[in-house]
Amino acid sequence: MVKDDRLTHLRKKTDEAIVTDNPWRRLREFTAARIGLGRAGVSTPTRESLEFQLAHAQARDAVHTELDFAGLQHDLIALAEKYPTLNSEKPLMLHSQATDRMTYLQRPDWGRQLDETSLAALEPHKAIEPYDLAIVIADGLSATAIKENAVVFIETLVQAMQGSEHSYSLAPIVLVEQGRVAVGDDVCEALNAKAVLVLIGERPGLSSPDSLGLYLTWAAKRGLTDDKRNCISNVRKAGLSYFAASQKSLYLLTEARRLQCSGVAIKDRSTDKIIDSNAVQTSFLLDK
Amino acid sequence: MTQTYRYQLGTKTYQFADLADLMAKATPARSGDRLAGVIADSAEQRAVAQLLLSEVSLKTFLNEVLVPYEEDEVTRLIIDEHDVNAFEPISHMTVGDFRNWLLSDKASSEMLSQVRAGVTPEMAAAVSKIMRNQDLILVAQKCRVVSAFRNTIGLPKRLSTRLQPNHPTDDVNGIAASILDGLLYGSGDAVIGINPATDNVAQATRLMQLMDEVISLYEIPTQSCVLTHVTNTIECIENGAPVDLVFQSIGGTEKTNSSFGFDLATLAEAQQAALSLNRGTVGQNVMYFETGQGSALSANAHHGLDQQTCEARAYAVARKFNPLLVNTVVGFIGPEYLFDGKEITRAGLEDHFCAKLLGLPMGCDVCYTNHAEADQNDMDNLLTLLATAGCSFVMGIPGSDDIMLNYQTTSFHDALYARRVLGLGAAPEFEQWLEKMQIMTDASHAKLSNQLPPAFAGTLRGLATGTHDG
Repeated sequence: MVKDDRLTHLRKKTDEAIVTDNPWRRLREFTAARIGLGRAGVSTPTRESLEFQLAHAQARDAVHTELDFAGLQHDLIALAEKYPTLNSEKPLMLHSQATDRMTYLQRPDWGRQLDETSLAALEPHKAIEPYDLAIVIADGLSATAIKENAVVFIETLVQAMQGSEHSYSLAPIVLVEQGRVAVGDDVCEALNAKAVLVLIGERPGLSSPDSLGLYLTWAAKRGLTDDKRNCISNVRKAGLSYFAASQKSLYLLTEARRLQCSGVAIKDRSTDKIIDSNAVQTSFLLDK
Repeated sequence: MTQTYRYQLGTKTYQFADLADLMAKATPARSGDRLAGVIADSAEQRAVAQLLLSEVSLKTFLNEVLVPYEEDEVTRLIIDEHDVNAFEPISHMTVGDFRNWLLSDKASSEMLSQVRAGVTPEMAAAVSKIMRNQDLILVAQKCRVVSAFRNTIGLPKRLSTRLQPNHPTDDVNGIAASILDGLLYGSGDAVIGINPATDNVAQATRLMQLMDEVISLYEIPTQSCVLTHVTNTIECIENGAPVDLVFQSIGGTEKTNSSFGFDLATLAEAQQAALSLNRGTVGQNVMYFETGQGSALSANAHHGLDQQTCEARAYAVARKFNPLLVNTVVGFIGPEYLFDGKEITRAGLEDHFCAKLLGLPMGCDVCYTNHAEADQNDMDNLLTLLATAGCSFVMGIPGSDDIMLNYQTTSFHDALYARRVLGLGAAPEFEQWLEKMQIMTDASHAKLSNQLPPAFAGTLRGLATGTHDG
């Protein structure tokens, strides 16, 4: 919502006969959809039109702003000092084969693979006894999502790990610039990890420029298809909570370890809803 | 039967491996063809390919199939159902002649309907590649395709809308709020169609019941659809759910469709099941299909073809099942297939033209994602162009913002803009309803009432008074 006084003023000064308000706007209690916008003639009123432009601008910036990887690395080092479960090695900064953002947007195949330098950089960190999990952070389509959510999610996840009955050996955290989900496969293989969890900025929506996606893949390696992954979506302040997301992640990781696989084979029962029980649910629109 | 294509330009010789290569190289530039590695190497090569393609005889497309007949049921559908008699008037033409003929006064609306069954998707795709945007608009505008269920879609000077009340958790009140908003802006004559967030039979049934009750209660001359997988809808019908339209996303090769989890037999079964319910009042077109350039490549099922040719082949699949509605979701797939507003605009016009030429009730989801180089102005342009071209319907969503699918499509306001500037109306049955309900005071001029329509005023009064943040 724009709180700019000038815009409010603009709207207030407007003659009611010019802009028709919609009394059903109060139905926004049921939905985040842009209902009841009102109209000037049949067109969107000035304020609502400009609010939309602002939301689009934020989503565009989320896609095109470069992620501050050095800052992220710094925060993660501080986090590792607090939590012994995290690998004490400095997070590794790597790059996909997509050289820049424009290339990244047009060549998803390049964003899915590490470049040669990055593969070589992983070599010295390859485990003899496999790591239980490698955590990869990729900018994806929203630097905003990583900036807002990545460190605090990892902290919540590590707390959950330390509180669980299992112990986990974690690989050094890997940061990938211009990365897509599948870039985690290269990391998992190169580090000799049993599974990889990729934190990635999701394609930003107008009302959610900051949405973080989590992808768990067991025994990931180059060439794997997406049906081998489990996804947790919409992790952000106004979406799925860090706590819920970390519980789900651990559930999936435990199941993957038990079944020695991931993807469609794991049924995510942690969120099962019995939809039939809602069948009697009725809507205000049917109370005439 | 394949031959290579050569062109001598000064001292340079251009050579194209086969018809598929020639088609791909002749295609106006787009990122998906670059990703597939089939794009022209240079602007000159593209122009040469277009010149060569214009000299190819239409008959060639019947003899030289682009995806092997033995391997692909879409090819078999195209070849086996080709109507030789309908083809006769254009059978002697080259692709270039065909363009001239389409633009000429000889190709009247009646004539275009007559030859329709003789035109294959590949012929349509080929001629579109050598047509400018204005050609695509002019010819599409001459094509008449009318379909019907509880109202009539595609009559001249009409532009219908799909009301798309999506909600990220399928909350019935959230969906109902968007339905109400849309109806009060005169949207929803093509269909009230929900993309469910949770895609299963129980959820689809629940949403079908909601829409069925709303349509009955307010006696709306329209149809509903839950855009779930075709096999889910078949199950819904078996369970007695109120199914108006069967939805499926379709592609132009057998392998694409199999990656979507269906084949032609599945669609036939679904169509028969929906027809058996006999729920249409003014017609029995019971299918709703969505398409979009890039889906075949995305499923790695494009057989080395360019994405627009694959897309046109999907229209053969649609045509087989007499749909009420078909639309391309043109900008949804993302910038790796259509990079920017220019590419999206071109693709939208191509898809609409090819589908109309082949006889489909074609609409368009005029849309973009936030990682594409596009914005609302690009959508305004494409909407205006398509409405000029006689596009059957566009989407309608509150404030252009789909909060479930996270992309932007046309708003309720946008459709009214297009109706006003171009003098277009909604489907006639729906238009009458809008006036009867006092939603519009003059539906033919898209004039909304300034008062809350009485039937809905009661509904809103019934709600506990919430805070008004307007």
